[in-house]
Amino acid sequence: MAHLTMTSNGNDAPAANAIEVRALRRRFDHQQVLNGVDLDVPAGSIVTIVGPSGCGKTVLLKHLNLLLRPDSGTITIDGVNVTRLGWRGIDAVREWFGMLFQSGALFDSMTVYENVAFPLVEKTSQTKDQIRGRVIETLQAVGLEGMDNKYPSELSGGMQKRAALARALIRRPKILMLDEPTTGLDPTRTGAIHHLIRKTQKDFNLTAVMVSHDVPAVFEVSDRVAFMHRGRMQLVGTVEQVMSSSDEEFKRFLAGRASGDEDNSTVSS
Amino acid sequence: MKIIEAIGAYILDSVAALGNFVLFLISGVTYILMPPFKPRLTILQIRTIGANSLFLIVLIGAFTGMVLGLQGYTTLERFGSEAALGTVVALVIVRELGPVLAALMIAARAGSAMAAEIGSMQASEQVDAMTVMALNPVQYLVSPRILAGVISFPLLTGIFDVIGIMGGWLVGCVLMGAQTGDYFNGISSQMGADDIKLGLWKALVFGAIVMWVSCYKGYHAERMATGVSRATTEAVVLSSILILAADYIVGAILL
Repeated sequence: MAHLTMTSNGNDAPAANAIEVRALRRRFDHQQVLNGVDLDVPAGSIVTIVGPSGCGKTVLLKHLNLLLRPDSGTITIDGVNVTRLGWRGIDAVREWFGMLFQSGALFDSMTVYENVAFPLVEKTSQTKDQIRGRVIETLQAVGLEGMDNKYPSELSGGMQKRAALARALIRRPKILMLDEPTTGLDPTRTGAIHHLIRKTQKDFNLTAVMVSHDVPAVFEVSDRVAFMHRGRMQLVGTVEQVMSSSDEEFKRFLAGRASGDEDNSTVSS
Repeated sequence: MKIIEAIGAYILDSVAALGNFVLFLISGVTYILMPPFKPRLTILQIRTIGANSLFLIVLIGAFTGMVLGLQGYTTLERFGSEAALGTVVALVIVRELGPVLAALMIAARAGSAMAAEIGSMQASEQVDAMTVMALNPVQYLVSPRILAGVISFPLLTGIFDVIGIMGGWLVGCVLMGAQTGDYFNGISSQMGADDIKLGLWKALVFGAIVMWVSCYKGYHAERMATGVSRATTEAVVLSSILILAADYIVGAILL
């Protein structure tokens, strides 16, 4: 399989779309979780995927970060079709990613400093001083200066998310993926994390794909919104376009009313 | 027709599961040999498996030797063969009970903890986090543990053997009246390097088995609390069964 480098486009011009998803399908046992997903993620923007529980959002994100492979369809990241890459190619593409997991996924046995430094220690040949400088800088960027010696269990939920975000950013990724970054946080901390995501996206010039349940609060920091329903994109557009849509399913979702069969339509959100 | 389909599906699933189980070991062993090497992680695991199990091994070894000393003396005394006590205790411990009991104890203590730890890491997406960082979780989580098991088990078994023999001496000679000279002379004259090698080979194989099973069960645990607890139980049960099966197989091959 092809080996990829950081400049996969072959030129310096940024791709119009950092990520393009076409006709993505994935079935688990007897359930069609992704049912022909199409999605464009413009470079340098925040695209937020929303939708009812079980509609396939997290499964889609796991395809975008290459934890899962589709049955059919294509995912093109920065001009590279990643759906048929071998493991070396996949590892090369993953160098472009930062991922914030729903649970934070910080390593329990490591301090905040060790967690954030981990990708640099393992994947680069930087000196200890260089790593320390980068970690301190990144912790400052997410508002966690002075917390480097704490263990994840000693942090609040919001701080854990910040630490996880710092770890996702430490290698200066091109693309940041966020899976429910505000789950379990109170409204104040939710707002703070949303604004941190926007600030980070601007500061680091990132493309971000975010799965979220926090509607409509999350729209404040989104450039585009994709509403997912029954394994496909029902509605995609700017926040204004989506909010002014007359789509019944989306209105029902915004109003917090279930459509009746959504929770048993798929395996996992 | 449905019954035949169900049986067929069961057989296919079982074969696939067995294949995955074996491939997991091959992958774990392969990454021991591939850079980047992880000596620090291996040393940490040797501490977890080895040093932290030391007290348990000393305790079990001492009581095993003491029971053998007691039962051995009372049985041999009937035939006037108390002088053979040292030989009996040493050979039983070194060839059989030492490696098996030590492995069962470590499986219960360290193997279960390992399955629970890796299972929790799966449930909390820590393993996925490693994967997304373009790091191989098997190389980080499994290979150092297999290597640490292969190093630790023979060492712990050696300690078990020595403590067990001393336990047998304490009860057989100090408390029951067998001669200390006969006890140790019997050991030095009747026990050879082959007996020690047999025990240590067994320990090495058991070490690989316990780590393989525990890591596999943790790595493939369902991502929920009940999945982790089930993985822990299955790790101990399957390790114990495979230890006893391997005990016979290794014994039959090396005898």
